[in-house]
Amino acid sequence: MIEFKLPSLGADMEEGTLLSWQVQPGDSVKRGQVVAVVDTSKAAVDVEIWHDGVVHELLVQPGDKVPVGAVLATLLAVGEEAPARRPEAAPAALAQAVNAAGAPPARATERVPESGIIAVAARPPVSPLARRRARELGVDPDHVHGTGAQGSVTLADIEASVRVASAPARVIAATATAAPVAVTAVATPDRQSAMRQAIAAAMSRSKREIPHYYLSELIPMARALDWLQQFNAGRPITERVLSAALLLKAVAIALQRVPELNGFYREGQFEPSAAVHAGVAISLRDGGLLAPALHDVATKPIEQLMRELADLVKRARVGSLRSSEMSDPTITITNLGEQSVMSVLGVIYPPQVALVGLGGIDQRPWVEDGKVCARPLLCATLAADHRASDGHRGALFLAELRDLLQQPQALAAADSKAIKPGDPT
Amino acid sequence: MTTRHLTYREAMHEALREALQADPRVFLMGEDVGRYGGTYAVSKGLLDEFGPERIRDTPLSELGFVGAGIGAALGGMRPIVEVMTVNFSLLALDPIVNTAAMLHHMSGGQFSVPIVIRMATGAGRQVAAQHSNSFEGWYAHVPGLRVLAPATVADARGMLALALTDPDPVLIFEHVQLYNTEGEPSDEEASAIDIYSARVRRTGTDVSLITYGGCLPKALAAADELAAQGIAAEVIDLRVLRPLDDATVLASVRKCHRAVVIDEGWRSGSLAAELMARISEQSFFDLDAPLARVCSEEVPIPYAYHLEQAALPQVSKIVAAVKALL
Repeated sequence: MIEFKLPSLGADMEEGTLLSWQVQPGDSVKRGQVVAVVDTSKAAVDVEIWHDGVVHELLVQPGDKVPVGAVLATLLAVGEEAPARRPEAAPAALAQAVNAAGAPPARATERVPESGIIAVAARPPVSPLARRRARELGVDPDHVHGTGAQGSVTLADIEASVRVASAPARVIAATATAAPVAVTAVATPDRQSAMRQAIAAAMSRSKREIPHYYLSELIPMARALDWLQQFNAGRPITERVLSAALLLKAVAIALQRVPELNGFYREGQFEPSAAVHAGVAISLRDGGLLAPALHDVATKPIEQLMRELADLVKRARVGSLRSSEMSDPTITITNLGEQSVMSVLGVIYPPQVALVGLGGIDQRPWVEDGKVCARPLLCATLAADHRASDGHRGALFLAELRDLLQQPQALAAADSKAIKPGDPT
Repeated sequence: MTTRHLTYREAMHEALREALQADPRVFLMGEDVGRYGGTYAVSKGLLDEFGPERIRDTPLSELGFVGAGIGAALGGMRPIVEVMTVNFSLLALDPIVNTAAMLHHMSGGQFSVPIVIRMATGAGRQVAAQHSNSFEGWYAHVPGLRVLAPATVADARGMLALALTDPDPVLIFEHVQLYNTEGEPSDEEASAIDIYSARVRRTGTDVSLITYGGCLPKALAAADELAAQGIAAEVIDLRVLRPLDDATVLASVRKCHRAVVIDEGWRSGSLAAELMARISEQSFFDLDAPLARVCSEEVPIPYAYHLEQAALPQVSKIVAAVKALL
């Protein structure tokens, strides 16, 4: 039996509200498939599953708020038989069943208490009488609001839930489209204040815990812009590549050369990440901010990056991100170029260790061959965690970024292995 | 018996007098029961009526005179032994527990011990820790004893005669705060008296208040207060602390789905604990809230009035315990 638990969809997430299931018991699921939509305080997120299997039981109902790590559903592994008894049956019985099947005893004892403890901790208080009555009525008492002693679910709560449930059920039957509307309504009411609180918590933690250092570099952008103009010439608007995609790619490749900036600082040590999943800061129209991941930026061709970036921005704004996009970013890139600010000095999103800030690309004075002339320049900044890296390495990263942007064609085509450190292209 | 006004003290007195009149084998023995008329004036005038052979003042030796009572019972008499209070009965624990309660078993059924032992119990009279205990729960622990706790005038009037018909030892606990309570026991009530069942003293549907003895008036007062707030409490008077009448208790719990046990004993290892255990064992799936109890604070009962009152179960504590369950 595989337990599908609510993943953490960002460092600031402690709990989530299930909005809907995309699967039913008995459905086969594949690794990476979206199986549920969960509302974090920031967004409605499509949650993917990381096992192949068959959905056995859905343990959480739409509308329920559960902590990160709570078991949302159980899956049978491919070829696994459904257990004869419900999972809430005595752990001892489960252990025996596993033993009888010939599994090593150590594994059985390892697994069983864990699920047992979680089940007990997550179970809300339901009076014995209420539980008995709920069984008679076919109500799941764990999803009834309790008004009794110590917040427990009482007989009256069970019976009231049946009355409430039966009334709207008729309404929904009458209006076929009622169901999806009801689901999205769960998420919206105080989304903005919840998001504000989530941002406040993450940013306060960042400034409290992370010793930031800041570096900045002016980068000539004439070659990159020229190349983009040629590249886009003759392409329909929908297929044009914007400088944002090229900049993301440059950051990703530069990061592979200075890996101390890409990864997570957790439990007193830095864990570098081999892949670069760029968290792209996206401001929402109603206020607030998301930084979902664009995966494996360093290895993707520029056209693909552009498509994925456009898609990511669109989905972030309508609130349909995937769980891996919320939890995977290894660094954040914030681009305030559209507002034509000159530079942005960011606050790192923990447990990441760096944030790259990109200002507007504008015509500014530049000295070349002893003469002042106007050139399109970009001010790139780095805010980095001094626990994971030092200013010297940070400076190397910005220098790499600058050099990569002087060779846009190679950059655009490159996967991470194509441009080697010191490669003269 | 017709309907008439009586105090609990008068009811006990009448019961004693009736028993002495009814059976020449019956005699009363204890400290100050004769010339003084009983510490709580229950036996006043009986010495004059029945003489010193049947109303016997004893030395201050509970071990001695309880033992003598057991011997008399074995010899064919029907002794009523008054131990002034339960506090002093600890000196007679050995004859009560090891002899009276066990002799029938130890003799393979050859000997019975038809003794009735009366004791005052409980606190609330500012007589300090050593005179304020409620140890009836200890005796309710012992197989071989029947333990009665009359809480009403009618029970005080009617239980003694029935206790005397029991071939085995019977202990009667009279709470000191009850002697001045008044009642008008009806014929109907009198004819319904037994020494094996609990009684529903007030019917209700929201919570069972399970109590006995000196706490019964407090539970009834709490039920009044709760009724004024729209909460219908049912009050169960256990009456018999051993053997417990599970059926009446469980029927009430199965109706109300919530229960508070009120017991003047200390909570640890108490009769209240036993009742809660039985309810959990036999009616767990009827409960809609955790079980609760109101017991005495686990301290020697204080002498100072306000501290003594604070240490004991009170109406306000019962009301609070009920409201925490709703």
